[in-house]
Amino acid sequence: MRKPLGILTVVAAVALMGSAQAADLTIGVKSEPNSMDPHYHNLSPNNMLAAAVFDKLVLQDEVQNKVPGLAESWEQLAPDAWQFNLRKDVTWHDGSPFTATDVEFTLGRAGNVPNSPSSFALYTKVIKGVEIVDDHTIILKTEGPFPLMVDYMSGVVIVSKKHGEGATTQDYNSGKAMVGTGPFKFAEWVPGDRIVYERNTDYWGSVPAWDKVIVKPISNESARTAALLAGDVDFIDFPATTDIPTLKKNSDVQISEIGSNRMIYLHIDSDRDESPFVADLEGNKMQKNPLKDARVRRAISLAINREAIAARVMEGLAVPAGQLMPPTVYATVPEIKPDPFDLEKAKELLQEAGWGDGFSLTIHGPNDRYVNDAKIAQAIAQMLTKAGIKTAVETMPKNVYFGKASALEFSLMLVGWASGSGEPSNPLRALLHTYDKEKGMGTTNRGRYSNPKMDNLVDTAMSAPTREEWAKLTQEATKVAMGDLGIIPIHYQVNVWAMRNGIDYKARADEYTLIQSIIPAM
Amino acid sequence: MLVFLIRRTSQSVLVLLIMSLLVFVGVYAIGNPVDILISPEADQAEIERVIQSLGLDRPIWEQYWIFLVHAVQGDLGNSFVYNQPALQLILERMPATLELAFAAIIISIVLGIPLGMIAGLRPDAWYSRMIMSVSILGFSLPTFWVGLMMIMVFAVMIGWLPASGRGDTVDLFGVPVSFLTWDGLQHLLLPAINLGLFKISLVIRLTRAGMRENLLMDYVKFAYAKGLSSSRVIFLHVLKNILVPIVTVVGLELGNVIAFAVVTESIFAWPGMGKLLIDSIGLLDRPIVVAYLLITVLMFIIINLVVDILYSVLDPRVRLGEMKS
Repeated sequence: MRKPLGILTVVAAVALMGSAQAADLTIGVKSEPNSMDPHYHNLSPNNMLAAAVFDKLVLQDEVQNKVPGLAESWEQLAPDAWQFNLRKDVTWHDGSPFTATDVEFTLGRAGNVPNSPSSFALYTKVIKGVEIVDDHTIILKTEGPFPLMVDYMSGVVIVSKKHGEGATTQDYNSGKAMVGTGPFKFAEWVPGDRIVYERNTDYWGSVPAWDKVIVKPISNESARTAALLAGDVDFIDFPATTDIPTLKKNSDVQISEIGSNRMIYLHIDSDRDESPFVADLEGNKMQKNPLKDARVRRAISLAINREAIAARVMEGLAVPAGQLMPPTVYATVPEIKPDPFDLEKAKELLQEAGWGDGFSLTIHGPNDRYVNDAKIAQAIAQMLTKAGIKTAVETMPKNVYFGKASALEFSLMLVGWASGSGEPSNPLRALLHTYDKEKGMGTTNRGRYSNPKMDNLVDTAMSAPTREEWAKLTQEATKVAMGDLGIIPIHYQVNVWAMRNGIDYKARADEYTLIQSIIPAM
Repeated sequence: MLVFLIRRTSQSVLVLLIMSLLVFVGVYAIGNPVDILISPEADQAEIERVIQSLGLDRPIWEQYWIFLVHAVQGDLGNSFVYNQPALQLILERMPATLELAFAAIIISIVLGIPLGMIAGLRPDAWYSRMIMSVSILGFSLPTFWVGLMMIMVFAVMIGWLPASGRGDTVDLFGVPVSFLTWDGLQHLLLPAINLGLFKISLVIRLTRAGMRENLLMDYVKFAYAKGLSSSRVIFLHVLKNILVPIVTVVGLELGNVIAFAVVTESIFAWPGMGKLLIDSIGLLDRPIVVAYLLITVLMFIIINLVVDILYSVLDPRVRLGEMKS
């Protein structure tokens, strides 16, 4: 009796080992983070992998709705005070309990990492005081009313005070300080080659199905797709739009997609009398800038065939846009629709504005930043030329482009915007509010659109006593800005992931590849 | 010899200085790294803080002076992107690139010289013609395309070799290498051939030309007349004579392969320093770009020196002291 049992045990053990082996997941990603320190650089590739090891008080679901994370609930005690009630069943990867002191420590660290190329002060500097009520209750105070604390807290990961105190960015890179509360434990980082995670079996949420996840940076998109087809990796992000039809036909591979919250738009030089790339039809400089006229901007918008761009240039991977974020997002205005393609109306408006004979213009765009960016710029130029605005195209690498765009060297520019906090007041403040250094508003307003009425609505919204009032004012401001077309939305991208059969991904509107959202198919 | 070395060294320092100035000003002229690094959502105060913390608020000549002062002490500055010493970041990734480059050069020598000799000995045979035709392809097809085709054929369709990455590594004298593991070797093969393809063709052509030229020389006729076997004539006398130009070219190409393996490294996701360079140019990470190109220049200087010394070994008529460095 003993012997067969022994054999059975061996067989069972082998079978178990086999399944353990199978539960490793290898994924290929477009960009590698430049640090493991979750507060070093506020940048998507860093943020999305940090979310595997560290949690936030508030998490964002697939479409950036705010859902409980380390905080199981919250309430606004007063216009300037928010209370977060923390989960009591959470432990750090080393077994020590998670408490409010960790949150307090994090809020002090996040905005103050030395030499950060872009810090999280963005989200933490509104907080003027922290009050710890007990181990699992914390109150965050602001100077004056602030309605967006929950949204802001969905941008900062919480690190352990015990391991983070005195820890440098280097300590996180080496793994020494990489102790989080998240679904995965950090195992190793070999820069340029791989990052390895192991699952946290004590995770407070649902424990990941994979024992080990290996993340490989493969920046070349054809190579990334090839690695998936060859079976080197099980899952990739950002496959090239041209490869997607082939991938869809392949029976070993499946696709997961969702409309993105990234808006591709045109920024228009609408404040100066003389714009650098606006000229008359002979190419002579003009004293008058037609782009200052809202009717001309509307004409440009009507002359653009968004459906055609989505269908042809983007091969179906875009949704025409009429406002700053998709209308499914909280505090947007559902009744604002994308402008239809109407060439006659566009010409009429140009006539009405006194530009019936047309003028000439150059559209600038990056050629290595957004999906098919250079092709979109070319398509738009052709469409505007048909409406009577003789448009030339110039595209350049992003490292040259963005500097020039921020230095106001362009007249009409193609840009993209994704709101990290997932709410529409963010693009209103950054892209459309009057440029104001003191208030920190209009930072990325590269067209210098300025409308005091809208500014006022946005300012009032940001100090509204409740999130509901903020939403109402934000909607009003959106209506004003889109009525003027301070910027011209073109489309929202569609985010795509490709994976081998047997794997599923909850596609995300924020473009993040979250390894905890990669699950075995049912 | 000593005079030669001293002259070489002083020239090298000058070249390094000019190079650093050119790259420094060049990267500065492209744009401001903060425009790319900063989160688009950051406000003006944050942008100013970053510009200041990276030292980019100072005039360019002052930034260059600070760089020089530190460089003399062996510190080439911290990367803007990684906040780690640029030199360390490059050196960390160097073993992977060196391994790939040496593998490519070895493949090109091991395949190139015998094939070139065959083509040179029997120039009219069908197999020689075939070797030459294939070598034209090696010259003319873009590395990028060949790399992707190799991945499609050998990784995706046949499935013999992995598509990308470096595979398992083991430490050899503290340096991680992949050619000592089976998995690592499999990962190495495709990128090394891809990188070496152009060099194989180059070596074939050089060897063939050398063979053709030398076979007509008097010393070969004399050797045959003396009754030496043809294998002795070819492998000892002719080979030795054709090696000088091959050593020069392979030496210089080695430098090229190490410094600019960028294309192969990005297609095969090889974690080497070429990829670091291209990413750093994209992000205007000036300390890395400057450090990288300084290392490259230094490497070429050293390779040239070694080639010159090798000359004197291969050809006793060459005297280093008389060379105009």
